Amino acid sequence: MRSGRPILCAALFALAACKGGSEPAGGGGAQAKGGTLRIGAALSMTGAAATYGQSQKNGLQAATEEVNGANSLQGIKIDLVVEDDATSKEQGINVFQRFINTDKVNVIIGPTLSTTATAADPLAQQAKVPVLAISNTSPTGITDIGDYIWRDSLTEAQVVPGAIKKAKGKIGFKNAAVLYGNDDVFTKAGYDVMKKALADENVNVVETQTFAKPDRDYSAQLTAIKAKNPEILVVSALADNASGIVAQARQLGYAGPILGGNGFNSPGFIKNAGPAAEGVLVGTSWNSASTAPANARFKELMQKRGVNPDQFTAQAYSGILVVAEAVRKAGYKTGRDDIKNAFAQVKDLDTPLGKFSFTPSRDAQHEPAVQQVKNGKFEIVEQ
Amino acid sequence: MWQQAINGVFLGAIYALFAVGYALVFGVLDILNLAHQAVFAVSAFIALAFVAEGHVPLAVALPVVLVAAGLVGIGLERVAFRPLRGRSDSNISGLISSLAAATILEAVALQIWGPDVQRFPIGTFPDKPLRMLGATVSALQLTIIGISVVLMAGLTTLLRATRLGRQIRAVAESPRAARILGIDVDRVIAWSFFLSSALGGAAGVLFGVAFNSVSPDMGRSVELKGLAVIILGGMGSIAGAVIAGFALGLVEVFTVVQLGSSWRDAVSFGVLFFVLLVRPSGLLGRAAIREA
Repeated sequence: MRSGRPILCAALFALAACKGGSEPAGGGGAQAKGGTLRIGAALSMTGAAATYGQSQKNGLQAATEEVNGANSLQGIKIDLVVEDDATSKEQGINVFQRFINTDKVNVIIGPTLSTTATAADPLAQQAKVPVLAISNTSPTGITDIGDYIWRDSLTEAQVVPGAIKKAKGKIGFKNAAVLYGNDDVFTKAGYDVMKKALADENVNVVETQTFAKPDRDYSAQLTAIKAKNPEILVVSALADNASGIVAQARQLGYAGPILGGNGFNSPGFIKNAGPAAEGVLVGTSWNSASTAPANARFKELMQKRGVNPDQFTAQAYSGILVVAEAVRKAGYKTGRDDIKNAFAQVKDLDTPLGKFSFTPSRDAQHEPAVQQVKNGKFEIVEQ
Repeated sequence: MWQQAINGVFLGAIYALFAVGYALVFGVLDILNLAHQAVFAVSAFIALAFVAEGHVPLAVALPVVLVAAGLVGIGLERVAFRPLRGRSDSNISGLISSLAAATILEAVALQIWGPDVQRFPIGTFPDKPLRMLGATVSALQLTIIGISVVLMAGLTTLLRATRLGRQIRAVAESPRAARILGIDVDRVIAWSFFLSSALGGAAGVLFGVAFNSVSPDMGRSVELKGLAVIILGGMGSIAGAVIAGFALGLVEVFTVVQLGSSWRDAVSFGVLFFVLLVRPSGLLGRAAIREA
């Protein structure tokens, strides 16, 4: 640490010197055309969420180069500053303070995890710096921090109803059975979302069964469910329970479709359920198979850069597009309040995620996709 | 209905096999061995190591694991129970030291195998579903029920007809009288732990194979049920534990069918409460092991 500090200072000094020519991007005032749009990205480059952080960095850099290369902001250049939040609240707060006070960024992107966001976002709200979250999925506690906090990532409460809607369009079921864990906040909340989504789609729930986290035998519940002949089985469970449920359902001879909540979005699920996982449907935010021009361009760009894109890359890439669009809507002004006010005007923007808008509560609004396990891997279900 | 009955018998077989080991130690020592569930989990992991990494067929691995689990049981007795024996509060202190042993075994499993749920390799047991009377039974389920019944019958025969069995029953009746008659009480108790843990280990392996789920905390799901089973059966009664194990499995399954799964544990433990009100000594009374 001791030897690292002078180097860091030197780097900061060099950074400041480089930026000498451009205008300081301070406190909310309007800026002339042809300036710099400084974006501070707090990503988990180290720690538990490091694998997401790397994907996100790839997406942000690609989009920045694309926007700058195309000169689509009337001469305004994006200056992307990426800092590591180390998957920790403390480091996240430090990075936010630097972005707000030292780097004087126009807008902050990140942090990677919802937990970090709950700690760091209030600083930005207080300092009136707009934040665009690109991967926070917690339904509550993020955008309700305040009017400067926005996100382009769908919450879990948004992905599940979309998945049910799409699965219904594809399979055409009229009734369903639901199985959920009733002793866990996440799985119970998932059930509430599912129940409402099924009702909204006019799907008749013929049977509802529960289990507890330590359970390993679900045969009684599954037999009761099978007896009602549901056209689909909807399950809200953590990955550990999910694999057992799916395996036992198949063992008991249930051959119909199975749709899982976000707990199923784990490679461990496929590994432990084995062949029984084949055909299971799970919701996701990014439709990798979409042939929409924005997504095709994104995938081509990523291929050129040698990056294998995932949901996090797509959400990060879209984040830069959303900020650029906001600057356009603000009349090419890059002040903090200009961007914040212009976010609300972003409507049906073409992104790899689909046509993107914000909801009145500053959350993301776009079509989620459904993936299906095929040959031991998640694949997007074509519409 | 048939399907649910089979589900209940299958679940009951595993409960019974687990609880029989509990009951054996309780019958002999009047001590609840709360480390039984940890032996259950560790045995499943040992079997998994044999099958997944050693590529040993399950049929070969199972007897080896039974012996290994039995040895863990002997170790448990040496470390957690023997030093406390003869103390006036050995029932309570033994309970607490067994809880400590359970925590240690679980922590060791956590260190070696990690917290993730693992499974036996696909195809460890050829899993062909059979159709019987409109119900689906897998060959695996039938095998597990069969192995459970054979092991429980074996234990009963051993207690009834062998020299060791007679010695175990004598120690259960009165350790002091047994010692006066020339029985090596420590040896007999060690053997009881060996048998108890071997059965608990067998239950763990079968559970892991049946539900494709092996994790350090897997014993938690049967721990409380096992306790309920031996209370219901009459503390220390082997036959009572077997009957109560199957009864609990069936009660749970039919509660799910009739009232819904949220009621399952409430009804199971409600039945336990009711039986204890009517028959405070459980279904088969507490001295049954001595008569075996």
